[in-house]
Amino acid sequence: MFSIPVFLESLVPLFWAARFTLLISVGGIALGLVIGTLVCAAGLSPSRALRNFAALWVSFLRGVPLLVQLLVFYYSLPLIGLDVPAMVAAIVTVGICASAYISEIWRGAINALPRGQAEAAVAIGMAPTDVWRRVILPQAVTMSLPALINELILLVKASSLVSVVGILEITRASQAQAATTFRPLEVYLAAACIYLVINLCLAALGRWLEHRTAV
Amino acid sequence: MQASAVEIRNVNKFYGPFQALKDVDLSVPAGKVTCLIGPSGSGKSTLLRCINFLEEYDSGEIRIDGRLIGYDAPGRKMSGRALREMRRSIGMVFQQFNLWPHMSARENVAEGLIRVRGLSKTEAGARAAEALAKVGLADKMDNHPSRLSGGQQQRVAIARAIAMEPRLMLFDEPTSALDPELVGEVLTVMKTLAAEGMTMVVVTHEMGFAAHVADRVAFMERGELVAADTPDRILHQPQDPRIQSFLRTYHERNSF
Repeated sequence: MFSIPVFLESLVPLFWAARFTLLISVGGIALGLVIGTLVCAAGLSPSRALRNFAALWVSFLRGVPLLVQLLVFYYSLPLIGLDVPAMVAAIVTVGICASAYISEIWRGAINALPRGQAEAAVAIGMAPTDVWRRVILPQAVTMSLPALINELILLVKASSLVSVVGILEITRASQAQAATTFRPLEVYLAAACIYLVINLCLAALGRWLEHRTAV
Repeated sequence: MQASAVEIRNVNKFYGPFQALKDVDLSVPAGKVTCLIGPSGSGKSTLLRCINFLEEYDSGEIRIDGRLIGYDAPGRKMSGRALREMRRSIGMVFQQFNLWPHMSARENVAEGLIRVRGLSKTEAGARAAEALAKVGLADKMDNHPSRLSGGQQQRVAIARAIAMEPRLMLFDEPTSALDPELVGEVLTVMKTLAAEGMTMVVVTHEMGFAAHVADRVAFMERGELVAADTPDRILHQPQDPRIQSFLRTYHERNSF
Protein backbone atom coordinates (compact mmCIF):
# COMPACT_ATOMS: atom_id res chain seq x y z
CA MET A 1 0.00 0.00 0.00
CA PHE A 2 1.16 3.51 -0.84
CA SER A 3 1.47 5.50 2.36
CA ILE A 4 0.71 9.18 2.05
CA PRO A 5 2.09 10.06 5.53
CA VAL A 6 5.46 8.46 4.63
CA PHE A 7 5.48 10.36 1.35
CA LEU A 8 4.80 13.65 3.12
CA GLU A 9 7.35 12.93 5.84
CA SER A 10 10.10 12.25 3.33
CA LEU A 11 9.51 15.61 1.69
CA VAL A 12 11.01 17.49 4.63
CA PRO A 13 14.54 16.03 4.71
CA LEU A 14 14.63 15.93 0.93
CA PHE A 15 13.75 19.63 0.73
CA TRP A 16 16.66 20.19 3.09
CA ALA A 17 18.92 18.17 0.81
CA ALA A 18 17.73 20.23 -2.15
CA ARG A 19 19.97 23.08 -1.02
CA PHE A 20 22.98 21.04 -2.14
CA THR A 21 21.33 20.25 -5.45
CA LEU A 22 20.69 23.96 -5.98
CA LEU A 23 24.16 24.94 -4.82
CA ILE A 24 25.77 22.54 -7.28
CA SER A 25 23.51 23.52 -10.17
CA VAL A 26 23.69 27.26 -9.65
CA GLY A 27 27.41 27.16 -8.82
CA GLY A 28 27.95 24.93 -11.84
CA ILE A 29 26.07 27.17 -14.25
CA ALA A 30 27.81 30.29 -12.89
CA LEU A 31 31.24 28.72 -13.31
CA GLY A 32 30.14 27.26 -16.64
CA LEU A 33 29.08 30.71 -17.86
CA VAL A 34 32.44 32.23 -16.98
CA ILE A 35 34.54 29.43 -18.49
CA GLY A 36 32.14 28.89 -21.38
CA THR A 37 32.30 32.57 -22.35
CA LEU A 38 36.10 32.46 -22.32
CA VAL A 39 36.14 29.25 -24.36
CA CYS A 40 33.69 30.75 -26.84
CA ALA A 41 35.85 33.89 -27.13
CA ALA A 42 38.86 31.63 -27.72
CA GLY A 43 36.94 29.75 -30.39
CA LEU A 44 36.08 32.97 -32.24
CA SER A 45 39.54 34.54 -31.87
CA PRO A 46 41.87 35.06 -34.83
CA SER A 47 44.53 32.90 -33.16
CA ARG A 48 44.62 29.37 -34.54
CA ALA A 49 46.10 27.99 -31.30
CA LEU A 50 43.25 29.41 -29.23
CA ARG A 51 40.66 28.11 -31.70
CA ASN A 52 42.18 24.61 -31.56
CA PHE A 53 42.22 24.73 -27.77
CA ALA A 54 38.53 25.67 -27.71
CA ALA A 55 37.64 22.91 -30.15
CA LEU A 56 39.51 20.33 -28.05
CA TRP A 57 37.95 21.58 -24.82
CA VAL A 58 34.44 21.32 -26.23
CA SER A 59 34.84 17.95 -27.92
CA PHE A 60 36.58 16.32 -24.94
CA LEU A 61 34.12 17.54 -22.33
CA ARG A 62 31.10 16.81 -24.45
CA GLY A 63 32.43 13.39 -25.34
CA VAL A 64 32.92 12.03 -21.82
CA PRO A 65 29.94 11.36 -19.53
CA LEU A 66 29.67 13.70 -16.55
CA LEU A 67 29.68 10.74 -14.17
CA VAL A 68 33.04 9.56 -15.50
CA GLN A 69 34.41 13.12 -15.43
CA LEU A 70 33.35 13.42 -11.80
CA LEU A 71 35.06 10.19 -10.79
CA VAL A 72 38.23 10.96 -12.72
CA PHE A 73 38.43 14.47 -11.32
CA TYR A 74 37.59 13.39 -7.77
CA TYR A 75 40.14 10.59 -7.65
CA SER A 76 42.87 12.49 -9.45
CA LEU A 77 42.88 15.40 -7.01
CA PRO A 78 44.68 13.53 -4.19
CA LEU A 79 47.31 12.40 -6.70
CA ILE A 80 48.38 15.99 -7.25
CA GLY A 81 48.26 16.62 -3.52
CA LEU A 82 45.02 18.59 -3.48
CA ASP A 83 42.60 17.95 -0.67
CA VAL A 84 39.45 19.79 -1.66
CA PRO A 85 36.01 19.23 -0.17
CA ALA A 86 33.76 16.96 -2.24
CA MET A 87 31.38 19.90 -2.74
CA VAL A 88 34.05 22.04 -4.38
CA ALA A 89 35.17 19.18 -6.60
CA ALA A 90 31.55 18.61 -7.61
CA ILE A 91 30.85 22.26 -8.48
CA VAL A 92 34.10 22.58 -10.43
CA THR A 93 33.46 19.41 -12.43
CA VAL A 94 29.86 20.31 -13.18
CA GLY A 95 30.93 23.85 -14.10
CA ILE A 96 33.68 22.67 -16.44
CA CYS A 97 31.35 20.20 -18.09
CA ALA A 98 28.66 22.87 -18.51
CA SER A 99 31.21 25.31 -19.98
CA ALA A 100 31.53 23.13 -23.09
CA TYR A 101 27.80 23.28 -23.75
CA ILE A 102 27.51 26.96 -22.84
CA SER A 103 30.34 27.96 -25.15
CA GLU A 104 28.51 26.20 -27.98
CA ILE A 105 25.26 27.98 -27.04
CA TRP A 106 27.05 31.36 -27.27
CA ARG A 107 28.77 30.42 -30.52
CA GLY A 108 25.48 29.37 -32.09
CA ALA A 109 23.76 32.61 -31.07
CA ILE A 110 26.62 34.83 -32.22
CA ASN A 111 26.87 33.03 -35.56
CA ALA A 112 23.12 33.28 -36.02
CA LEU A 113 23.24 37.08 -35.87
CA PRO A 114 23.12 38.60 -39.35
CA ARG A 115 26.53 40.01 -40.32
CA GLY A 116 24.84 43.32 -41.09
CA GLN A 117 24.18 43.93 -37.41
CA ALA A 118 27.85 44.41 -36.64
CA GLU A 119 28.53 46.02 -40.02
CA ALA A 120 26.05 48.80 -39.33
CA ALA A 121 27.94 49.59 -36.12
CA VAL A 122 31.36 49.35 -37.76
CA ALA A 123 30.20 51.60 -40.60
CA ILE A 124 29.41 54.51 -38.27
CA GLY A 125 32.83 54.15 -36.67
CA MET A 126 32.03 52.22 -33.50
CA ALA A 127 34.98 50.62 -31.71
CA PRO A 128 35.06 46.80 -31.52
CA THR A 129 34.38 46.74 -27.77
CA ASP A 130 31.25 48.83 -28.27
CA VAL A 131 30.15 46.68 -31.20
CA TRP A 132 30.31 43.62 -28.93
CA ARG A 133 28.91 45.28 -25.82
CA ARG A 134 26.09 47.22 -27.42
CA VAL A 135 25.11 45.27 -30.53
CA ILE A 136 26.24 41.63 -30.55
CA LEU A 137 26.10 40.46 -26.92
CA PRO A 138 22.68 41.87 -25.96
CA GLN A 139 21.14 40.07 -28.91
CA ALA A 140 23.15 36.89 -28.35
CA VAL A 141 22.04 36.77 -24.70
CA THR A 142 18.39 37.16 -25.64
CA MET A 143 18.67 34.47 -28.28
CA SER A 144 20.51 32.12 -25.91
CA LEU A 145 18.12 32.40 -22.98
CA PRO A 146 15.95 29.36 -23.82
CA ALA A 147 19.03 27.21 -24.37
CA LEU A 148 20.69 28.48 -21.18
CA ILE A 149 17.61 27.74 -19.06
CA ASN A 150 17.54 24.33 -20.70
CA GLU A 151 21.15 23.81 -19.67
CA LEU A 152 20.39 24.91 -16.09
CA ILE A 153 17.52 22.41 -15.85
CA LEU A 154 19.77 19.68 -17.23
CA LEU A 155 22.33 20.57 -14.56
CA VAL A 156 19.76 20.28 -11.76
CA LYS A 157 19.07 16.75 -12.93
CA ALA A 158 22.70 15.95 -13.65
CA SER A 159 23.59 17.05 -10.11
CA SER A 160 22.09 13.74 -8.93
CA LEU A 161 25.30 12.18 -10.27
CA VAL A 162 27.41 13.89 -7.61
CA SER A 163 25.86 11.51 -5.10
CA VAL A 164 28.69 9.16 -6.15
CA VAL A 165 31.23 11.41 -4.44
CA GLY A 166 29.22 11.38 -1.24
CA ILE A 167 27.30 14.63 -1.34
CA LEU A 168 23.94 14.38 0.34
CA GLU A 169 21.88 16.03 -2.37
CA ILE A 170 18.31 15.03 -3.19
CA THR A 171 19.09 11.71 -4.84
CA ARG A 172 21.64 10.53 -2.29
CA ALA A 173 19.38 11.69 0.55
CA SER A 174 16.45 9.76 -0.85
CA GLN A 175 18.58 6.62 -1.19
CA ALA A 176 19.49 6.91 2.48
CA GLN A 177 15.88 7.60 3.40
CA ALA A 178 14.61 4.64 1.38
CA ALA A 179 17.11 2.36 3.08
CA THR A 180 15.99 3.33 6.58
CA THR A 181 12.24 3.50 6.00
CA PHE A 182 11.97 0.52 3.61
CA ARG A 183 9.45 2.62 1.67
CA PRO A 184 11.35 3.32 -1.59
CA LEU A 185 8.33 4.19 -3.69
CA GLU A 186 7.10 6.96 -1.38
CA VAL A 187 10.60 8.35 -0.89
CA TYR A 188 11.60 8.38 -4.57
CA LEU A 189 8.26 9.82 -5.55
CA ALA A 190 8.86 12.61 -3.03
CA ALA A 191 12.29 13.16 -4.61
CA ALA A 192 10.71 13.28 -8.06
CA CYS A 193 8.23 15.90 -6.85
CA ILE A 194 11.00 18.08 -5.47
CA TYR A 195 13.01 17.93 -8.71
CA LEU A 196 9.87 18.74 -10.62
CA VAL A 197 9.04 21.76 -8.46
CA ILE A 198 12.59 23.12 -8.80
CA ASN A 199 12.59 22.72 -12.56
CA LEU A 200 9.11 24.15 -13.03
CA CYS A 201 10.29 27.21 -11.10
CA LEU A 202 13.37 27.50 -13.32
CA ALA A 203 11.24 27.18 -16.44
CA ALA A 204 8.95 29.93 -15.16
CA LEU A 205 11.99 32.10 -14.39
CA GLY A 206 13.17 31.48 -17.94
CA ARG A 207 9.85 32.50 -19.44
CA TRP A 208 9.82 35.64 -17.32
CA LEU A 209 13.35 36.56 -18.44
CA GLU A 210 12.48 35.88 -22.08
CA HIS A 211 9.40 38.02 -21.78
CA ARG A 212 11.38 40.84 -20.19
CA THR A 213 14.07 40.83 -22.86
CA ALA A 214 11.71 40.30 -25.78
CA VAL A 215 11.98 42.93 -28.50
CA MET B 1 36.60 71.79 -62.28
CA GLN B 2 34.39 70.10 -59.70
CA ALA B 3 36.05 68.96 -56.46
CA SER B 4 35.96 65.19 -55.99
CA ALA B 5 34.69 63.81 -52.72
CA VAL B 6 35.79 60.29 -53.60
CA GLU B 7 38.59 59.40 -56.00
CA ILE B 8 38.81 55.75 -56.96
CA ARG B 9 41.96 54.81 -58.91
CA ASN B 10 42.89 51.39 -60.33
CA VAL B 11 41.07 49.49 -57.62
CA ASN B 12 41.28 45.69 -57.72
CA LYS B 13 39.60 43.24 -55.42
CA PHE B 14 39.92 39.46 -55.37
CA TYR B 15 37.95 36.75 -53.61
CA GLY B 16 40.46 33.93 -53.94
CA PRO B 17 40.96 33.47 -57.68
CA PHE B 18 37.80 35.45 -58.52
CA GLN B 19 38.37 39.06 -59.42
CA ALA B 20 35.44 41.11 -58.16
CA LEU B 21 36.82 44.52 -59.19
CA LYS B 22 39.07 45.11 -62.19
CA ASP B 23 41.07 48.34 -62.37
CA VAL B 24 38.12 50.47 -61.38
CA ASP B 25 38.46 54.25 -61.79
CA LEU B 26 35.71 56.61 -60.67
CA SER B 27 35.47 60.17 -59.43
CA VAL B 28 32.53 61.08 -57.23
CA PRO B 29 31.92 64.84 -57.37
CA ALA B 30 31.17 66.60 -54.08
CA GLY B 31 27.58 67.61 -53.48
CA LYS B 32 26.28 65.41 -56.28
CA VAL B 33 24.47 62.09 -56.60
CA THR B 34 26.32 59.27 -58.32
CA CYS B 35 24.36 56.12 -59.10
CA LEU B 36 26.04 52.75 -59.66
CA ILE B 37 24.02 50.48 -61.90
CA GLY B 38 24.59 47.15 -63.59
CA PRO B 39 23.59 43.49 -63.43
CA SER B 40 23.78 41.59 -60.12
CA GLY B 41 27.24 40.31 -59.40
CA SER B 42 28.81 43.12 -61.42
CA GLY B 43 30.70 44.44 -58.38
CA LYS B 44 28.59 47.55 -57.63
CA SER B 45 28.03 46.69 -53.98
CA THR B 46 31.61 45.51 -53.57
CA LEU B 47 32.88 48.83 -54.92
CA LEU B 48 30.53 50.77 -52.63
CA ARG B 49 31.69 48.73 -49.62
CA CYS B 50 35.30 49.43 -50.52
CA ILE B 51 34.64 53.17 -50.21
CA ASN B 52 34.24 52.88 -46.41
CA PHE B 53 36.58 49.88 -46.31
CA LEU B 54 33.90 47.45 -45.06
CA GLU B 55 35.39 45.45 -47.91
CA GLU B 56 39.17 45.60 -48.25
CA TYR B 57 40.41 46.36 -51.73
CA ASP B 58 43.65 44.66 -52.68
CA SER B 59 45.34 47.29 -54.81
CA GLY B 60 44.74 50.77 -56.12
CA GLU B 61 43.63 53.81 -54.17
CA ILE B 62 40.40 55.17 -52.76
CA ARG B 63 40.66 58.71 -51.45
CA ILE B 64 37.95 60.43 -49.43
CA ASP B 65 38.41 64.21 -49.61
CA GLY B 66 41.99 63.53 -50.64
CA ARG B 67 42.77 61.08 -47.82
CA LEU B 68 43.57 57.45 -48.60
CA ILE B 69 41.17 55.08 -46.80
CA GLY B 70 42.21 51.72 -45.40
CA TYR B 71 45.94 52.03 -45.94
CA ASP B 72 48.70 54.31 -44.67
CA ALA B 73 50.79 53.36 -47.66
CA PRO B 74 50.34 50.72 -50.34
CA GLY B 75 50.17 47.33 -48.60
CA ARG B 76 50.26 48.81 -45.09
CA LYS B 77 46.85 48.90 -43.41
CA MET B 78 45.90 51.92 -41.40
CA SER B 79 45.17 51.58 -37.67
CA GLY B 80 41.68 50.71 -36.50
CA ARG B 81 41.44 54.07 -34.78
CA ALA B 82 42.32 56.03 -37.92
CA LEU B 83 39.88 53.97 -39.98
CA ARG B 84 37.08 54.55 -37.45
CA GLU B 85 37.76 58.25 -37.54
CA MET B 86 37.36 58.29 -41.32
CA ARG B 87 34.20 56.18 -41.18
CA ARG B 88 32.59 58.69 -38.82
CA SER B 89 32.04 61.07 -41.67
CA ILE B 90 30.78 58.41 -44.12
CA GLY B 91 27.17 57.35 -43.65
CA MET B 92 25.98 54.01 -44.96
CA VAL B 93 22.52 52.64 -45.63
CA PHE B 94 22.13 48.91 -46.25
CA GLN B 95 19.75 46.84 -48.32
CA GLN B 96 18.57 44.94 -45.23
CA PHE B 97 18.36 48.15 -43.09
CA ASN B 98 20.44 46.49 -40.33
CA LEU B 99 18.65 48.33 -37.54
CA TRP B 100 19.44 46.97 -34.09
CA PRO B 101 16.26 45.15 -33.04
CA HIS B 102 16.84 45.51 -29.29
CA MET B 103 16.74 49.32 -29.48
CA SER B 104 13.92 51.75 -30.28
CA ALA B 105 14.13 53.90 -33.40
CA ARG B 106 15.44 56.77 -31.32
CA GLU B 107 18.02 54.60 -29.54
CA ASN B 108 19.19 53.26 -32.90
CA VAL B 109 19.89 56.80 -34.06
CA ALA B 110 21.34 57.99 -30.74
CA GLU B 111 23.71 55.03 -30.25
CA GLY B 112 26.38 56.25 -32.67
CA LEU B 113 26.15 59.80 -31.34
CA ILE B 114 26.80 58.51 -27.82
CA ARG B 115 29.48 55.89 -28.54
CA VAL B 116 31.25 57.50 -31.48
CA ARG B 117 30.67 61.22 -31.14
CA GLY B 118 30.73 61.15 -27.35
CA LEU B 119 27.51 63.14 -26.87
CA SER B 120 25.55 62.91 -23.64
CA LYS B 121 22.43 60.75 -23.65
CA THR B 122 20.17 63.81 -23.51
CA GLU B 123 21.96 65.61 -26.31
CA ALA B 124 22.06 62.44 -28.44
CA GLY B 125 18.37 61.81 -27.81
CA ALA B 126 17.51 65.34 -28.94
CA ARG B 127 19.62 65.04 -32.10
CA ALA B 128 18.09 61.62 -32.79
CA ALA B 129 14.62 63.12 -32.50
CA GLU B 130 15.57 65.84 -35.01
CA ALA B 131 16.96 63.31 -37.48
CA LEU B 132 13.85 61.14 -37.17
CA ALA B 133 11.59 64.15 -37.66
CA LYS B 134 13.52 64.93 -40.80
CA VAL B 135 12.70 61.53 -42.30
CA GLY B 136 9.06 61.94 -41.25
CA LEU B 137 9.09 59.57 -38.28
CA ALA B 138 8.65 61.98 -35.38
CA ASP B 139 5.66 59.94 -34.20
CA LYS B 140 7.43 56.57 -34.36
CA MET B 141 10.51 57.39 -32.29
CA ASP B 142 9.79 54.98 -29.46
CA ASN B 143 8.87 52.04 -31.67
CA HIS B 144 11.23 49.12 -31.98
CA PRO B 145 12.13 48.09 -35.54
CA SER B 146 9.81 45.07 -35.39
CA ARG B 147 6.90 47.51 -35.05
CA LEU B 148 7.85 49.46 -38.18
CA SER B 149 7.23 48.78 -41.85
CA GLY B 150 10.19 48.15 -44.15
CA GLY B 151 9.99 51.67 -45.53
CA GLN B 152 9.91 53.14 -42.03
CA GLN B 153 12.85 50.96 -40.96
CA GLN B 154 14.90 52.15 -43.91
CA ARG B 155 14.06 55.76 -43.07
CA VAL B 156 15.27 55.15 -39.49
CA ALA B 157 18.47 53.72 -40.98
CA ILE B 158 18.88 56.90 -43.06
CA ALA B 159 18.25 59.00 -39.95
CA ARG B 160 20.88 56.95 -38.09
CA ALA B 161 23.40 57.79 -40.80
CA ILE B 162 22.58 61.50 -41.23
CA ALA B 163 22.50 62.15 -37.47
CA MET B 164 26.27 61.58 -37.54
CA GLU B 165 26.51 64.57 -39.94
CA PRO B 166 28.44 62.72 -42.62
CA ARG B 167 30.09 64.41 -45.59
CA LEU B 168 29.33 61.43 -47.78
CA MET B 169 26.45 58.95 -47.84
CA LEU B 170 26.64 55.45 -49.33
CA PHE B 171 23.44 53.60 -50.21
CA ASP B 172 23.61 49.88 -50.97
CA GLU B 173 20.40 48.99 -52.86
CA PRO B 174 18.31 50.86 -50.28
CA THR B 175 14.96 49.94 -51.81
CA SER B 176 15.62 46.38 -53.03
CA ALA B 177 14.23 44.70 -49.91
CA LEU B 178 11.07 46.81 -49.86
CA ASP B 179 7.55 46.06 -51.03
CA PRO B 180 6.91 48.14 -54.15
CA GLU B 181 4.44 50.45 -52.44
CA LEU B 182 7.05 51.39 -49.80
CA VAL B 183 9.83 52.31 -52.24
CA GLY B 184 8.50 55.82 -52.82
CA GLU B 185 8.78 57.05 -49.23
CA VAL B 186 12.45 56.04 -49.08
CA LEU B 187 13.28 57.60 -52.45
CA THR B 188 11.56 60.82 -51.35
CA VAL B 189 13.84 61.07 -48.31
CA MET B 190 16.85 60.42 -50.55
CA LYS B 191 15.75 63.12 -52.99
CA THR B 192 15.49 65.61 -50.12
CA LEU B 193 19.03 64.75 -49.06
CA ALA B 194 20.25 65.14 -52.63
CA ALA B 195 18.52 68.53 -52.92
CA GLU B 196 20.37 69.68 -49.78
CA GLY B 197 23.65 69.00 -51.52
CA MET B 198 24.68 65.77 -49.79
CA THR B 199 27.35 63.83 -51.66
CA MET B 200 25.72 60.46 -52.36
CA VAL B 201 26.82 57.21 -53.97
CA VAL B 202 23.82 54.98 -54.61
CA VAL B 203 23.85 51.39 -55.81
CA THR B 204 20.40 50.94 -57.24
CA HIS B 205 18.11 49.04 -59.55
CA GLU B 206 15.72 52.02 -59.60
CA MET B 207 16.43 53.39 -63.08
CA GLY B 208 13.82 56.09 -62.53
CA PHE B 209 15.76 57.39 -59.53
CA ALA B 210 19.02 57.21 -61.49
CA ALA B 211 17.45 59.08 -64.41
CA HIS B 212 15.82 61.85 -62.40
CA VAL B 213 18.01 62.36 -59.35
CA ALA B 214 21.53 61.29 -60.27
CA ASP B 215 24.05 63.77 -61.60
CA ARG B 216 26.25 60.93 -62.78
CA VAL B 217 25.53 57.31 -63.56
CA ALA B 218 28.23 54.66 -63.61
CA PHE B 219 27.60 51.31 -65.26
CA MET B 220 29.45 48.22 -64.05
CA GLU B 221 29.68 44.73 -65.48
CA ARG B 222 31.81 41.75 -64.40
CA GLY B 223 33.88 43.86 -62.04
CA GLU B 224 34.65 46.50 -64.65
CA LEU B 225 33.48 50.07 -64.68
CA VAL B 226 32.23 50.29 -68.26
CA ALA B 227 31.21 53.93 -68.36
CA ALA B 228 30.43 56.88 -66.11
CA ASP B 229 28.59 59.84 -67.54
CA THR B 230 25.42 61.93 -67.28
CA PRO B 231 22.23 59.94 -66.70
CA ASP B 232 21.04 60.96 -70.15
CA ARG B 233 24.08 59.62 -71.96
CA ILE B 234 24.12 56.36 -70.01
CA LEU B 235 20.39 55.66 -69.85
CA HIS B 236 19.05 57.22 -73.04
CA GLN B 237 21.94 57.23 -75.48
CA PRO B 238 24.16 54.37 -74.35
CA GLN B 239 27.09 53.71 -76.69
CA ASP B 240 28.39 50.52 -75.15
CA PRO B 241 26.55 47.35 -76.26
CA ARG B 242 26.76 45.98 -72.70
CA ILE B 243 24.76 48.92 -71.39
CA GLN B 244 22.29 48.65 -74.27
CA SER B 245 21.72 44.99 -73.54
CA PHE B 246 21.32 45.63 -69.78
CA LEU B 247 18.74 48.34 -70.42
CA ARG B 248 16.89 46.19 -72.93
CA THR B 249 16.53 43.44 -70.34
CA TYR B 250 15.45 46.02 -67.76
CA HIS B 251 12.77 47.46 -70.03
CA GLU B 252 11.48 44.02 -71.03
CA ARG B 253 11.19 42.97 -67.39
CA ASN B 254 9.36 46.13 -66.46
CA SER B 255 6.89 46.21 -69.32
CA PHE B 256 3.62 44.39 -69.34
